Amino acid sequence: MLLSLAIWLPIACGLLLLALGRDEQANTARWLALVAAVISFLVTLPLITGFDTATAGMQFVEKQAWIERFNVMYHLGVDGISMWFVPLTAFITIIVVIAAWEVIEHRVNQYMGAFLVLSGLMVGVFSALDGLLFYVFFEATLIPMYIIIGVWGGPRRVYAAFKFFLYTLAGSLLMLIALLYLYLQSGGSFDIQTWHKLPLPLNAQTLLFFAFFAAFAVKVPMWPVHTWLPDAHVEAPTGGSVVLAAIMLKLGAYGFLRFSMPIAPDAAREYAWVIITLSLIAVVYVGLVALVQQDMKKLVAYSSVAHMGFVTLGFFIFNELGVSGGLVQMISHGFVSGAMFLCIGVLYDRVHSREIAAYGGVVNTMPKFAAFALLFAMANCGLPATAGFVGEWMVILGTVKYHFWLGAIAATALIFGAAYTLWMYKRVYFGEVTNDHVRELKDINAREFFMLAVLAVAVLYMGLYPKPFTDVMHVSVTELLKHVAQSKLVAP
Amino acid sequence: MNSMNWLSVYPEILLLVMACLVAMVDLFVTDEQRRPTYWLTQLTLVVVGAMHLSYFNEGRIETGMQGMIVSDPMGHLLGFFACVATFVTLVYARPYAGVRDILKGELFTLSLLSLLGIMIMLQANNFLVIYLGLELMSLSLYALVALRRDHAGSTEAAMKYFVLGALASGFLLYGLSMMYGATGSLSIPRVFEVIATGAPNKSVLVFGVVFVVAGLAFKLGAAPFHMWVPDVYQGAPTPMTLLLGAAPKLASFAITIRLLVEGMLGLAVDWQQMLLVLAVVSLVVGNLAAIAQTNLKRMLAYSTIAQMGFMLLGLASGVVGDSRDLTANAYSSALFYVLTYVLTTLGSFGVILLLSRQGHEAEEIKDLAGLAKRSPWYALVMTIFMLSLAGIPPTAGFYAKLSVLQAMVATNVPFYIGLAVVAVLLSLVGAFYYLRVIKVMFFDEASDTAPIGAPGDVRAVLSLNGLAVLVFGLLPGGLMAWCAQAVVKLLAA
Repeated sequence: MLLSLAIWLPIACGLLLLALGRDEQANTARWLALVAAVISFLVTLPLITGFDTATAGMQFVEKQAWIERFNVMYHLGVDGISMWFVPLTAFITIIVVIAAWEVIEHRVNQYMGAFLVLSGLMVGVFSALDGLLFYVFFEATLIPMYIIIGVWGGPRRVYAAFKFFLYTLAGSLLMLIALLYLYLQSGGSFDIQTWHKLPLPLNAQTLLFFAFFAAFAVKVPMWPVHTWLPDAHVEAPTGGSVVLAAIMLKLGAYGFLRFSMPIAPDAAREYAWVIITLSLIAVVYVGLVALVQQDMKKLVAYSSVAHMGFVTLGFFIFNELGVSGGLVQMISHGFVSGAMFLCIGVLYDRVHSREIAAYGGVVNTMPKFAAFALLFAMANCGLPATAGFVGEWMVILGTVKYHFWLGAIAATALIFGAAYTLWMYKRVYFGEVTNDHVRELKDINAREFFMLAVLAVAVLYMGLYPKPFTDVMHVSVTELLKHVAQSKLVAP
Repeated sequence: MNSMNWLSVYPEILLLVMACLVAMVDLFVTDEQRRPTYWLTQLTLVVVGAMHLSYFNEGRIETGMQGMIVSDPMGHLLGFFACVATFVTLVYARPYAGVRDILKGELFTLSLLSLLGIMIMLQANNFLVIYLGLELMSLSLYALVALRRDHAGSTEAAMKYFVLGALASGFLLYGLSMMYGATGSLSIPRVFEVIATGAPNKSVLVFGVVFVVAGLAFKLGAAPFHMWVPDVYQGAPTPMTLLLGAAPKLASFAITIRLLVEGMLGLAVDWQQMLLVLAVVSLVVGNLAAIAQTNLKRMLAYSTIAQMGFMLLGLASGVVGDSRDLTANAYSSALFYVLTYVLTTLGSFGVILLLSRQGHEAEEIKDLAGLAKRSPWYALVMTIFMLSLAGIPPTAGFYAKLSVLQAMVATNVPFYIGLAVVAVLLSLVGAFYYLRVIKVMFFDEASDTAPIGAPGDVRAVLSLNGLAVLVFGLLPGGLMAWCAQAVVKLLAA
C-alpha cells in the first residue's frame, strides 16, 4: 500500500490541481500543491524507518494482476538500490513547489499539477518490478516534462522540449522491443526478477544490452548522446531544471542496475569497456567543456553530465565500492545539482540573465545567499565533508582497485570540477560590484532561505554521516555483484 | 447450412426497417433541427448496438441466410463498435451540420444505410455478400461526401472518392472472380477447403490474391493505394470525414479477415509478403508526409495511412511456423489496434468539430493555438488523443502498438524482430507531428479567442471519448480479452 500511495497520491492531487482552473485561484493552487507535496513526502518516510537492511530481497511488495492477457502485473517493491530514490523524489518535489511560489505567475495550477504528476510517475519508475509497468511510468514522465519545458521555459523552449522528448523516446522505443523479446524468451512473463534468472546466449544478451543501453544512456545522459541535456536545462524553468537534474537523470542510471547488468551480465562484462570509456570521456572531456561555458545553467548542465559519468563508471567496474559509490553519487548529485539550479534560479529571478558576465560581486549585496551558494559550489567540486565528496571518493577508490590508471584519469575530474565551479563562483560572486543590476540586488527572503537551508542540511548531513545511505545499499549491492559475476550463458 | 436462421440477422433487418422509416418520417418533419429524425436514428443505433453486444456475449457461431452470412463474435464485436462510432459521429455532427444547411433527412438515412453495408460486410460468408455490403456502404458514403453540394471542395472530394472507390471495388471484384475461377465456389468456407486440398492452379490463385489485396489496400487506405485518403479527408465536410474514416475501417478490417484469413489462410505465405510491403510503405509515406502538413484533417489522413500500416504488420505476422496460438495472438492484436484506432479517430475529429462554428472551420493546425488557455479540459482531451495516436503510455494507443509489436517479436524470427525495430523508429517520426499539435495547443498564443459554443451533448460525449481512451490505456485488459476471445473462436470455427 505504501508504494501505491507514494505513486498515486501526488498524481491524484496533481490531476485535482489541473482541474482547479484559472489563475484567480493561484494561491489556493500553491497551498494545495504544498500540502500535497508534503503529505506525499511523509508517506514515503515509513520506507526509511521500516526498511530491513539485512536482506537483499524486495520489500514493501505489492502484486496484483493488471493486464491478464499479457500476464502483466501491477508489481511494486523496493530494495537497497531503489529505496532512497523514493523519498528523494518526494523531497525534491517539495523544494520545487516552494521554489515556484512567487516566481510562477501564470497557469500556476497547471505548473504545480504537472510537477506533482511527474513526481508520482518517477516514484513509479523506481518501484516498478514489472517490465511493462516500468516502461509505462518511464515513458509517461516525458509528457509532464515536455509541457513544463514548453510552457514555462525560455526563448528556445519549443526546440528544447521537442529535442528532449524525441531523444528520450528514440532510446526507450528500442528498450520496448527488448522488453518484448524478454517476454518471449521467458515464456510469457514481464516480471523483472524472473528475467534476472533467465539464461540467455551471448548474442541475445549483447543485443539486449545495447537496446537497454540506448534507452538509459540517453537518459543518464552519457557522452555522446548528452546534447539534449544542456538545451533542456537552459530552457526549462528553475523547477524543471531541478527535477531534471536531481531525479530524471537518475532514472537512466537506475535502469542500468535494474535491467542491463542483472539481465545481461555476460554482455555487461564483455562490453564494460564501452561504458567505462564513455564515462571517462564524460568525466574529462565534458568537464573541460563545462569550463568554457558563458551561461551558468549550461555550465551546471555539463557538470551534471560529468558527475553522471562518475555514476556509470562506478557501476561498470563491478566492485562494491564502485557500485555503492555510484549510488551515493546519484543521491548526492540529486541534492547538489538541485541546489545549484535553485541558486541560479534565485539570481535569474532578480536579474533575468544567466550569463556569468552579467554578474560580479554579488557577495556584497547578497551575503547570506553567497554563503549558501559557496557551500553548494564546494559540494559540487567534491570537497570533503559535503555530500559530493563521498560518492566521488568511493568511485575513485573503486576504480583504482580495478585499474590504477583509470582511477588516475577519473581523479582528474576533481581538479576540473573544482576549476569550473570555483571559477564560476569567483566571477559571479567575488570582486567589485560590476553593474547596477547587481548593486540593486536584495538578499534572499525567508522562503528562499528555507529551501536553501533544507538542502544545505541535507548536503552536510550526507557528507558527514553517509552511513544510513550506504547501510541500506550494502546487502543489495553485494547480491547484485554476486549475480553479475555469474554467467547466465546457454549454448545458442 | 441451408436454413435461413433469421435470428442471426435481426440487427440488420431492424437497421434496414429503421433506415426506411427514418427516411419516411423525415418527410413530415418541419423542425429545422430535425429532432425526431435525429433521435429516432440514435435510438436505432443504441438498440442495434445493444443487440450486437448481447450476440457477442452469447458467443455462438452460426451461419444464416442459407450460408450467405456468418454470425460470430468478431463480427458482433466490430458491429457494436461500428454502432458506437456512428452514434458518436452523429452527436458530433449535428451542430456542425445544422449551421451549414446539411442537416437533412438524407444525412441520417444514408448514415444508417452505410452502417447496414458495414454490418453486411462484417458478417459476410460469401464473396458476393462482401461485394454487396461494400457497394451499399460506398454508395451511401459517396452521396454523404457530396451532401454539401454548393461547396467546391466537397464536390471534388466526392468525385475523387467515387472514381477511386469504384476502381478499388473493380480490383477486388476481379480478384474474387479469379478465386472463383480457381476454386469453383463463392462461399468463403468452401474456398478455404478447396485451397487446402491443393487442387487449384496455384498461379491463378496467387494472381487473384494480388488483386484482392490491392482492393483491400485501397479500402484500408494503405500506401501505395492511399492517394485518395488525404484529398477526401480534407475535402469532405468534417462529419463525413468521420463517417468514412471511423466505422468503414472496421468493415475493411473485417473483410480483410474474412477474405484473407477465413478464405485464403492457405495462401498466407503469399499475401503476408504483400501486406508487409504495404505496411512498411504506409508507415514511411504516412509518417513522413504527415510532418509537412499544416491542415489538421490532412495530417490526420496521413496519420491514418501510417496507423493502417502498423495494423497490417499485426495481420502479416500471423502465420510463421505452425503455432495456432501465434496466429490468434497476431490477429487479435490487429483487431485491438483497429478498435482503439477508431476510438481515437472519433475523438480527434470530434475536437475539430467542437471548435468549428458558423463560418469557421477549425481544420488548420494553427486553429488549435492556445487551446490550453481557451479550454484546458479540451486541450487535455486532445492531448490524450494525440498521445494515443503516437503510442505513448498511458493511453490506449500504446497498448495497440505494444500488442502488434509483441505479435511480431513472438514469431521469434530475426526478420520480424528487425521489422519491429523499423516500425518503432518510424513511429518515432510519427511522434513528432503529434507532439506538434500538443505544442500548438499548449505553447502558442491563441489566435482564436471565441468561446466554445458547442452544445452540452457534444461536450459530454467528447469528454467520455477522451476518458475512454485513457481508461483503455490504464486498464486495457478487458478489451484485449474480448479481442482474443473473438479471434480464437473465429480460428476454431
